[in-house]
Amino acid sequence: MAFETKNLTKNQLVGEVLALKNQGYRLVTMSCVDLGESFDLLYHFDRETQLVHLRLTLPKGEVAPSISGVYFAALLIENETRDHFGVIFDGLVLDFGGNFYLEEEVKKYPFCKVTVGKSETAGEGA
Amino acid sequence: MSTIVPFGPQHPVLPEPLHLKLVLEDEIVKEALPTLGYVHRGLETLASIRDMDQMVQIVERVCGICSCIHAHTYCMCVEGMMGIEVPQRADFLRIIWSELHRMHSHMLWLGLLADALGMESLFMHVWRLRERVMDVAEATAGNRVIISVNKIGGVRRNMSPDQLRWIVQVVDELETELDKIKSVLTNDYTVKKRTVGKGVLTYQQAYELGAAGPQLRGSGVAQDMRMTGYSAYKYIDFAPVVEKDGDSWARTMVRFRELYQSIDIVRQLIAKIPDGEIAVKVKGKPSGEIVCRSEQPRGELMYYVKASGDKYLDRVRIRTPTFANVPPLLAMLPGCEMADVTVIALSIDPCISCTER
Repeated sequence: MAFETKNLTKNQLVGEVLALKNQGYRLVTMSCVDLGESFDLLYHFDRETQLVHLRLTLPKGEVAPSISGVYFAALLIENETRDHFGVIFDGLVLDFGGNFYLEEEVKKYPFCKVTVGKSETAGEGA
Repeated sequence: MSTIVPFGPQHPVLPEPLHLKLVLEDEIVKEALPTLGYVHRGLETLASIRDMDQMVQIVERVCGICSCIHAHTYCMCVEGMMGIEVPQRADFLRIIWSELHRMHSHMLWLGLLADALGMESLFMHVWRLRERVMDVAEATAGNRVIISVNKIGGVRRNMSPDQLRWIVQVVDELETELDKIKSVLTNDYTVKKRTVGKGVLTYQQAYELGAAGPQLRGSGVAQDMRMTGYSAYKYIDFAPVVEKDGDSWARTMVRFRELYQSIDIVRQLIAKIPDGEIAVKVKGKPSGEIVCRSEQPRGELMYYVKASGDKYLDRVRIRTPTFANVPPLLAMLPGCEMADVTVIALSIDPCISCTER
C-alpha cells in the first residue's frame, strides 16, 4: 500500500537497478510525475510480491539514464514516458523518438501540467 | 535474405489493433518489432480535470473486459490514502464480481482461440457459456461489462440471498459444461498441434522480462497478486495455477484451470459472505502517495496514485498486464514459423485498450 522510496541521483540509478536485478527483483513499471520544475521518476520492483521503489528527481531539460540495458522490459515504459512527458532517456535500446503512441504531428507533451511544445533538442521541450 | 511482413493492426485473430513488424527469413521469424498507438486515449491525464469520484468511472473504461478490477484497484488506492475501512461485505461483493469478470474474460479468450484454430463450434459453445456469466453481471449490477459497482468507500449494489443462491447454481452448471469442453480442449489433435511447443517462454525469460498473469504462471512462476490477500482474498483458500512448459498450450491450460479456480472462489465467497453495510460515507480528500496491486484476468494490475488534498489527484498511473506481456511476446516470436504467429500472439490474451489506455 503506502510506500517508502530510496532517493537516488542519476549517477547512482543504473548501478542500483543492476544490484536489484542481481538480488532477484523484477521490474514492475516506472511512474513519472510532473513536479513543475522537475520530474519524479519512480521505479517499482517486485520480488515475491514485495515491492521496492527507487526515486530519481530529474530537473526538466536534463536527460535520464535508461535502465533498458538492465531490464529489457523498460524500453516500452521509457518510450511511453518520453511520449507523455518529453523525458529523454540516454541509452534506450529501442528509441521510438517520441512517437511510440503519438504521431509526428503531435507537438506537445500531453501529460505535462504546463503544456509546452516539443523541441528539436533533446529534453529541452519539457 | 530477410523479408519484412506486417502483422496487424487489423487481423482476423486480433480483437484489438496491434501491429508487429516481423522480420522473416523464409518462413521463420527472426525479429518482431511492435507499433502501438492505435487506441491510445491518454486516460491517466484525465485525473487533472476530473475529481476522485469521477475517476472511478474513467478507470473502468481503461478496459472493456475487466473494468470492475480497474475500479476496485483505484478505489483501494484512494481508500488506502484516506484510511477508509471498507465494510467486509463490500470486500466480498467486490471479489465476487472480480471473479465473475475473470471467468467471462477467460471464456472470451478461449472462444477467440478456438476461432483462431478454426474450431467454430467450440468458439460458439464457449461464448454461449460466457453469456451465463454476463447474465449474472446484468442481473446483479445492471450492466454486462462495465458494471460500475465500485465506489470509494464500498460498492453501489448489494446482492440478495436469492441472487447469491442463483449464482452458486449458475457456477455449478458452468462447471459441468466446462467438464465437457475439457475433453475437447485437452484431447484434440489440432489444438495440441497448434499450441504445444509454440511460443515457448522459459521460467527465466518470464521472470526477467516481467511477464504477468497466465503468461508468467504458464512458465512455472507461482505468482498471483491474489496471494497478497487484498480485499476478501485473505479469507479464501486457493493456490496459483501453474504450468511448467511455457508454451501456448501451457498458457491455455492455466486459463482453463483458472475457470475452475474462480468457480471455487465464488462458492467460498458466497458461503462466507457476512451481512452488513456495503459502503461507508467518505469525507475529505486524499493526500500522499500509494501503490496498489491486484490480479486481473491477464495478470498483475498496478495503480500508483499521488494526491495532495486538492479536488484533483496529482497523478494516476496505471500499469496493465498486457503492457508487461509485450516484451515477453517479442522474446517468444523469434524462431517460430510465420503461421504460428497468430496463435502465439493470441496466447498472451492481448488487451490493447488496457495497454495503451
